[in-house]
Amino acid sequence: MASPSLILFYIAAALVLGGALGVALTRNIVYAAFALLAAMLGVAGVFLLMFAEFLALVQVLIYGGAVVIVVLFSLMLTRIQDFVRLTDHSQWPLAAVTAAVVFCLLVAAALTTGARTVERQGVGFFELGESLFTRWAVPFEVASLVLLVALIGSIVLVRTGGDGD
Amino acid sequence: MIELAHLQILAAALFSIGLYGVMARRSAVLILMSIELMLNAVNINLIGFAAFMDFDEAQRALGQILIIFVITIAAAELALAIAIILRLYRNRSSVNVDGMDSLKW
Repeated sequence: MASPSLILFYIAAALVLGGALGVALTRNIVYAAFALLAAMLGVAGVFLLMFAEFLALVQVLIYGGAVVIVVLFSLMLTRIQDFVRLTDHSQWPLAAVTAAVVFCLLVAAALTTGARTVERQGVGFFELGESLFTRWAVPFEVASLVLLVALIGSIVLVRTGGDGD
Repeated sequence: MIELAHLQILAAALFSIGLYGVMARRSAVLILMSIELMLNAVNINLIGFAAFMDFDEAQRALGQILIIFVITIAAAELALAIAIILRLYRNRSSVNVDGMDSLKW
């Protein structure tokens, strides 16, 4: 009899892998975007099972909200009629073989490491926030600077008219 | 019980599917989505080790903070990549990566 947490994990894993396969295989590009949403929500479920509530919230907000919406917008702005029926590269069997080999290598590496594990435990909101804003405050500020620069850069890139063109 | 190996295998599968998507797809937007899948595979691995290893509280918190940084950088990368894709689309009227070979020698 599997424990309830294991059943929940299998549900989340099925959501993740089903969504990922949808992104990698579907012929309709809008379905691919929604499959990505399903995969991201599955990852949020995995975070919840590891007692990382804050990460699950962030995952739903950033990936479920922002990323999928941005991807859908980019599909709308780049004429998707080109890709209503997607075709893959002619070399997709090679890609499939490579991906399978990488999968086997990763699983073999993971199963032979034999790391010493304990019962899973998470970090509370309080400890996470304290650690983020005291010990790791400088990396946090640098990350915010990276975000700012990236957003300004993307605005400059897509701007029409003006001197920068 | 959930073991660390469960998460590692899930992460490996997700990473491989993302890798396949990057190599086999022809639309730049779909390649971007596959890269997001690979970044999430890394996150699953990180949360697995943060939760299951014999760490103290500070190290566990660091594991989660690393994931926050990965998500932040992924968001920045996505914004820039979408901008570049829109720019390419405006210049070439296509997001098919097969056609983007002007750097080919």
